[in-house]
Amino acid sequence: MTYDFQFDAVLASWDYLLAGAWLTVRLSFGAMAIGLVIAILCALGKTSGPKPVRWLINAYIEVIRNTPFLVQIFLIFFGLPTVGLRLSPDMAALIAMVVNVGAYATEIIRAGIESIHKGQIEAGLALGLRPLQVFRHVILKPALRTVYPALTSQFILLMLSSSVVSAISADELTSVANNIQSQTFRSFEIYIVVTGIYLVLALMFSALFAGIYRLAFAYTVDRR
Amino acid sequence: MIRAFGYNEFLFLLSAVQWTLLLSVIAFIGGGIVGLFVALARTSDVKPLRLLATGYIQVFQGTPLLMQLFLVFFGATVLGIDMSPWVAAAVGLTLNTSAFLGEIWRGCIQSVPRGQWEAASSLGLRYPGLMRYVILPQAVKVAVPPTVGYLVQVIKGTSLAAIIGFVELTRAGQIVNNATFQPFLVFGIVAAIYFALCWPLSLLSQRLEARYAAPSR
Repeated sequence: MTYDFQFDAVLASWDYLLAGAWLTVRLSFGAMAIGLVIAILCALGKTSGPKPVRWLINAYIEVIRNTPFLVQIFLIFFGLPTVGLRLSPDMAALIAMVVNVGAYATEIIRAGIESIHKGQIEAGLALGLRPLQVFRHVILKPALRTVYPALTSQFILLMLSSSVVSAISADELTSVANNIQSQTFRSFEIYIVVTGIYLVLALMFSALFAGIYRLAFAYTVDRR
Repeated sequence: MIRAFGYNEFLFLLSAVQWTLLLSVIAFIGGGIVGLFVALARTSDVKPLRLLATGYIQVFQGTPLLMQLFLVFFGATVLGIDMSPWVAAAVGLTLNTSAFLGEIWRGCIQSVPRGQWEAASSLGLRYPGLMRYVILPQAVKVAVPPTVGYLVQVIKGTSLAAIIGFVELTRAGQIVNNATFQPFLVFGIVAAIYFALCWPLSLLSQRLEARYAAPSR
């Protein structure tokens, strides 16, 4: 192998890379937060809404889950301006991520809602808990416990797939890498470093989420 | 020069579907073969093998598919190989698929009850026979629904080959859109074609899952 590795150009743009990584994290958290609101509404609509609403929500979920994220981005970034909605790349990226994660999270939340049996609520009331206590201890906490692991892994998936928004030049980590690459031509060096950054982010967040899970949901007895 | 979106443009999109399908088939078959070894290594009794497979899966599941494609594409240059976007996409998607299928199949292999392993080895079967005649046939049953479901991910993943310049369905959509500038129509059709490919597989996967889940309850 005669290739001469040069990481100087990459390291010279370290601040720029960190700024890109920071936007990746912010985009992911922002999209997850807004996506969760949509998901909760859609999950409620899907479990207890009228038939046309349920049908619409199902169509949304199936369309998003069975088409590539990249095509969804193109539809939003190139499509919306033709109806008069001009978007910056960052904004289009955020909207695409929200729409995408909203569909996946709806199914997760729905599973959480359906995991609470009616009998448990009745049992809570029968034990003399007040309705608010029943909601907090019997409904909310077990439901959160059910959806938490799936939601956190969905967050990691979202963060990793956000690299695709570089296709419309939002200023996140992968776009920054593309820019440095086109200035320095150290393609392999820059992408190996950026891949490493993504890996560190993914491992860091899954460790963080696992830690939070252990703290927040440690109350349960072993159910086997 | 802006053209209207007509029959020829539609045919161009349709003919690009064959590349999406071919890429999906290659990634699925290649990924399946490598993935089987990843799954076997991941469930092996040999610790270094297990660690190696765990690391392999961790790296591919912890980094973006797009970065993996870039690294294969530009990594080939480092090794002094001149690789076309087509080969780079096929290799990158194969590696990625192998890691995900390996992890799915690990779960299926481990879902076969311990007693089956013990019974098989006490009947005198060595590892190859034990796997071939006892464990894998039972694991395959569990593996079919999630594997069909993962095929949808593979097909969607091939769209990223567009970014490294390989003309499959998504890239064809970009080309047509640049000529006609009717993004809603063009990418709407592209999305509809992907949907027509993926949705039946999603439904099949759900149906298979319901069928296999029923008797065991």
